[in-house]
Amino acid sequence: MDKIVQLNTVDFDVTVEPGVTRKSLNNYLRGSGLWFPVDPGADASLCGMAATSASGTNAVRYGTMRENVINLEVVLADGRIMYTAGAQRRSRKTSAGYNLTNLFVGSEGTLGIITKTTLRLHGIPESMVSAVCTFPTVQAAVDCTVQVLQYGIPIARIEFLDDVMMDACNKFSNLNYAVSSTLFLEFHGTEKSLAEQIQVTGEIMKANRGSDYIWAKDQEARDKLWRARHNAWYAARALRPGCQAYSTDVCVPLSKLTEIIVATKDDLIQSKLTGPIVGHVGDGNFHCLMTMDPRDKDEERRVKEFTDKLARRALAMDGTCTGEHGIGLGKRHLLTEEIGAVGMEVMRGIKAALDPKNIMNPGKVV
Amino acid sequence: GGGDKMAAPLRVMVGVKRVIDYAVKVRVKPDKTGVVTDGVKHSMNPFCEIAVEEAVRMKEKKQAAEVVAVSCGPVQCQETIRTALAMGVDRGIHVEVSGADYERLGPLQVSKVIAALAKKEKIDLIIVGKQAIDDDCNQTGQMTAALLDWPQGTFASEVSMGEGGLTVTREVDGGLETIKVRVPAVLTSDLRLNEPRYATLPNIMKAKKKRIDKLSLGDLGVGAAGNLETVSVEEPPTRSAGVKVENTEQLVQKLREIGHI
Repeated sequence: MDKIVQLNTVDFDVTVEPGVTRKSLNNYLRGSGLWFPVDPGADASLCGMAATSASGTNAVRYGTMRENVINLEVVLADGRIMYTAGAQRRSRKTSAGYNLTNLFVGSEGTLGIITKTTLRLHGIPESMVSAVCTFPTVQAAVDCTVQVLQYGIPIARIEFLDDVMMDACNKFSNLNYAVSSTLFLEFHGTEKSLAEQIQVTGEIMKANRGSDYIWAKDQEARDKLWRARHNAWYAARALRPGCQAYSTDVCVPLSKLTEIIVATKDDLIQSKLTGPIVGHVGDGNFHCLMTMDPRDKDEERRVKEFTDKLARRALAMDGTCTGEHGIGLGKRHLLTEEIGAVGMEVMRGIKAALDPKNIMNPGKVV
Repeated sequence: GGGDKMAAPLRVMVGVKRVIDYAVKVRVKPDKTGVVTDGVKHSMNPFCEIAVEEAVRMKEKKQAAEVVAVSCGPVQCQETIRTALAMGVDRGIHVEVSGADYERLGPLQVSKVIAALAKKEKIDLIIVGKQAIDDDCNQTGQMTAALLDWPQGTFASEVSMGEGGLTVTREVDGGLETIKVRVPAVLTSDLRLNEPRYATLPNIMKAKKKRIDKLSLGDLGVGAAGNLETVSVEEPPTRSAGVKVENTEQLVQKLREIGHI
């Protein structure tokens, strides 16, 4: 089941089976001028990305799986095959009946098995420019992000790395970035539009006490610039060789982002934990890449307490306990707090209606 | 890269070959006459993409005046030429060869075609991929240079323009070799020469309006008959299962059994 079933370039849609991964699809598309931009990092199965509502570094511009799945072929718990938007349907919009497609996106296999997905494609950007900028404080970096969005700049990627993360990246990749709050940015567009975006963003960075700007235009220079960000996971682990790494994931409204990051960094210090921070700051989403010594039971306890506190801190700020990584087993208790009793009853009702015998990934999500 | 004094912009020709896409699992036909091509995804040979990219970059640096892409094969080759046009090539030439003639088409005839076109179009620089991923011949560039009696810079991983010619860094077995080549010349592109751009939608739309001329082998005085005949095509032997051993002693014993030591 690894076929690209149907590509419609004029309609910007493609239907794929579960064995097709994101990179193999984009490879297939490379002569067509189209691409599937959702990029969670790994070369994941696209149907798997639909099941987990995957997101990535360019969600701020292109959306997550929720915005980019048009139709699904699903096998229900009783063996019936269903098309969430109807067989063969691929209109760009519809108001026909309940939105079953988005019910299944992110359902983590608890409602049915996805066997085909029809995806929304986008035009490959004509040009790309990347940039890095250092800020004296978390506040300055987040303020810069908020203003970039308020100015309507269609930023493609805007990633935040805290000072601990920058230090780790410097050590791991042999780089020389300033050890301070940093933004990594990427702009997509035509040559003219890029010139405009860069000019306005440059002014915003300066107004927020940004410094040490680096701009990169061609492929090789951009790759070099982003290598620091891409190696963040390994850089974090390299801070404490022999340790495991554990990533947190919360998302809050942008207006609360500075507050939550500052509170989280304080908590890390209080709890005596190492957790460099990397964030999809344009979405208000960030991850602490916790390092954990598997032999230290007390540290394991402190990490668990810290992560629960972090999730509850996000919930208290009108946010979500998971921006991207999903509920699974570990966040079920938090889902109840997030959605509330009535919402949970409705979710459990849906689960019972679709999977009365509880055979579909039992014990997860609800 | 780059020379101190700009030579006059060159007229560049790029050869592009339509091959089975590199991501496809190739299957041998049951009659062993070749591989299955019907309904199989085809695209531009990856080394040809690199050649096109290099030519387009030269045009952007004003080192090339015009870039012409040429492809030999059936009507579907026009898609391959369109991809080159979408990457920035100015116009295309499709030398139509189909059916049995296409089955027999090999590097020698293609070299003769490119050589004839180079004279016709007053070309200063020919860039082709170092080899095609279907036949792995690695002959067309070299034969074309020989037919034209032009110098060649093959397996190029870096090319820069200077006064009177090109400086070419070649990937060779011992490492890297740097040579100077006067134009007119033939280059063949190696993997590390550049990272080819993706065709974008607006460029694909613009490419539909660019010119593709159609010619036949006869128009260029090239005979269709080849001097090679494919006798049979077979799959490589299936891999036999590996054997796990418990310890070094068993490993040594096994290696002795199969006669490796």
